[in-house]
Amino acid sequence: MTDDYMDFHEALTAFEPVLGLETHVELGTASKMFCSCPTAFGAPANTQVCAVCLGLPGSLPVVNGVAVESTIRMGLALHCDIASWCRFARKNYFYPDMPKDYQVSQYDEPLCTNGYLDVTVATDEGPRNFRVEIERVHMEEDTGKLTHAGGDTGRIHGADYSLVDYNRAGIPLIEIVTKPIVGTGSLAPVVARAYVTELRDLMRSLGVSDVRMEEGSLRCDVNVSLSPAGEPWGTRSETKNVNSLRSVERAVRSEIERQAAVLTEGGRVVQETRHFHEDTGRTTSGRSKEHAEDYRYFPEPDLVPVAPDGAWIERLRSELPEIPSVRRARMQTEWGISDFEMQALVNIDAVELVAGTVAAGVDPSAARKWWTGELARVANERGVDLASLPVTPATIHRIEELIASGALTDSLARRALEGVLAGEGDVDQVVSARGLTLVSDDSSLLAAIDTALAEQPDVAEKIRSGKVQAAGAIVGAVMKATKGQADAAKVRTLLFERLGVAE
Amino acid sequence: MPDISRDDVAHLARLARLRLGEDELTHYADQLSAIVEAVARVSEVAAADVPPTSHPIPVVNVVRADEIRPGLAREAVAAMAPAWEDDRFRVPRILGEE
Repeated sequence: MTDDYMDFHEALTAFEPVLGLETHVELGTASKMFCSCPTAFGAPANTQVCAVCLGLPGSLPVVNGVAVESTIRMGLALHCDIASWCRFARKNYFYPDMPKDYQVSQYDEPLCTNGYLDVTVATDEGPRNFRVEIERVHMEEDTGKLTHAGGDTGRIHGADYSLVDYNRAGIPLIEIVTKPIVGTGSLAPVVARAYVTELRDLMRSLGVSDVRMEEGSLRCDVNVSLSPAGEPWGTRSETKNVNSLRSVERAVRSEIERQAAVLTEGGRVVQETRHFHEDTGRTTSGRSKEHAEDYRYFPEPDLVPVAPDGAWIERLRSELPEIPSVRRARMQTEWGISDFEMQALVNIDAVELVAGTVAAGVDPSAARKWWTGELARVANERGVDLASLPVTPATIHRIEELIASGALTDSLARRALEGVLAGEGDVDQVVSARGLTLVSDDSSLLAAIDTALAEQPDVAEKIRSGKVQAAGAIVGAVMKATKGQADAAKVRTLLFERLGVAE
Repeated sequence: MPDISRDDVAHLARLARLRLGEDELTHYADQLSAIVEAVARVSEVAAADVPPTSHPIPVVNVVRADEIRPGLAREAVAAMAPAWEDDRFRVPRILGEE
C-alpha cells in the first residue's frame, strides 16, 4: 500500500500540528547501567556481557552512580524538578532484544520532571524562540542488537530467524520526553530539529554523553498529530528510532504531509508505530497500537530507591557548565557577528566547528567563511551534516596557514580543500599529490606575461596608455597558462613593472 | 465472590505467553481471587499514612563506582545459548508467531 501526500504548505493551511518527542541518549559512562561490563562501541559481538546483563538466575543489578549523577545534571540543565525519592520499574515484554524479558526503566516515578528547553529557529522575519516543555527525564537501560536472517533484505518481515548481540544490552540510557509541542505551524519540522540539536549540544556541554548519532547513541521517537484549527487534537503516529537531525526534520514533515492527505480524504489516522526511511524520506507503517500495550510495570525489587539529598543536588547545580545558549551568546560577541549571522551558523550546525577552528588559531571571519561557504555547499550537495564531512578544524587551520605563508593562493586553497573532501588525504598530502605549488619564481611568471602580452597586443597598448582595468585580461591569461598556480596579485604587480606603468 | 474473572486470567495468560485450558482458567481465577482477597486484608490495617512498601529494608542510594570489570568469556556464553550462530544468540522468527 502506498501513501498519498498533501503539499506541505497546503497541509498547514488546513491543519495544525502537535508534536511530541521522546529522545533516548546513551550516557558516556565507562561501564553499563547495572553491571560492570564495558560500554565501548564496536566490540566483537557478545564480548561485553556478564551474568547481570544476560539476566542469568541469581544475578543482582547495582546502579551506576555516575549514570544517576549524569541524569540529575541533565535534569538540572533542563530546569527540571529532581525527585527526592524514586524507584526503578520493570517493563515486561516478550522480545529477544532483552534476555531478561523485561527492561529496567522508570515508570511513574521519574528522576526528573517538569522542565523546559528554549530553542531558536530562523524564520523570514528573523530568529524566533520556542520554549519546549519537558515532561520527564528518566533512567533506563539500552537493549541488545538484532540482526534478521533469511528473507530478502535483512528486515524483520519475512525473516526466518534472528541473531542477537547483547553488548548494548544494559548500556545506560536516559529518556527525555517533551510535553505536547503546540503552535509551531509550518515551523514544526525545524522546531523538532532545533530541539534535538539543542538537546545534543546540551548533553555534550555537560559531558554526560558524546552523542554520536551515527553510532546510534541518540535516537528520537517522533510523535505527530494533526487537527483542524481549534478542534481537539488528532490521533498521533509515532515514528521510531529516527537517528539524525536531518531525519527528525524530514520525518515530521513527511508525517504532516501524509496525515493531511489521510484526513482530507475523509480517512482516519491510525495510532501506530511507523519506521522512517532515509532513502525516501518517508515513513511506513509498523506495528499497530490499537490494542494498548500492557507492560505490567512494577517496582524493580532488585534495586533500592534513589533518593538524592538536597545538598548533593545543589552541589551538582553549582557545578553545571556554561550551557550552549549562553556559550553561543558569548561566541557571538567574541566573533563580532550579528544575530542573523549566528543563526545561520546554528542552522547548519556549524557553531562548534567554527569554535574549534577559531580555537585552532584561525581568524573568526575566515573560519566562518570556510564552513558557511564551500563546506556548507558540499555538505548540502551530499545531503550530509557538516560534521560528517572529512574536514576538521585542523584542516582549515592548515589551509589558512599555507595561505598566510604565501604557499597557497585562495584558488589553490580551494583545490586543496576539494582534494581533502574527495578523500585524497590531509591538506599536505593533497597539495603534494596534486602538485598545488605556487609558481613563484619571477622569471617563469615574466615569461608567461610576455607571452600573454604578445598574444594580446591591443590589450598591452591599452594598459600602456593608462587603462589599468584592462590588465585583468593579461592576468587571466597568465593564470590560465600556469593552471591557476600563480598569485594573481603578484602577476599584476609584475605586469605593471614590465610595462613601466604605475598602478 | 471472586474479583478475578476468567477473562482476566485469559488476559494475563496471553501477556505471559501461557496457554491455559478452559478448566485451568476457572481454576486460576478462583485461586487468584483468593490471593487478592488475602492481600486486600493488609489494606484494612494500613492507614493512609503508611506508604505502600516495595522494598522491605529501608535502604536507599546503593550505587556502584563506574568501573569496568571483566564479564563472561564468549565461549562460556555460547555454551549456555540454546542456539548460537555467527557469535550471536540465534532466536526463532519474531513476527508471525501469533
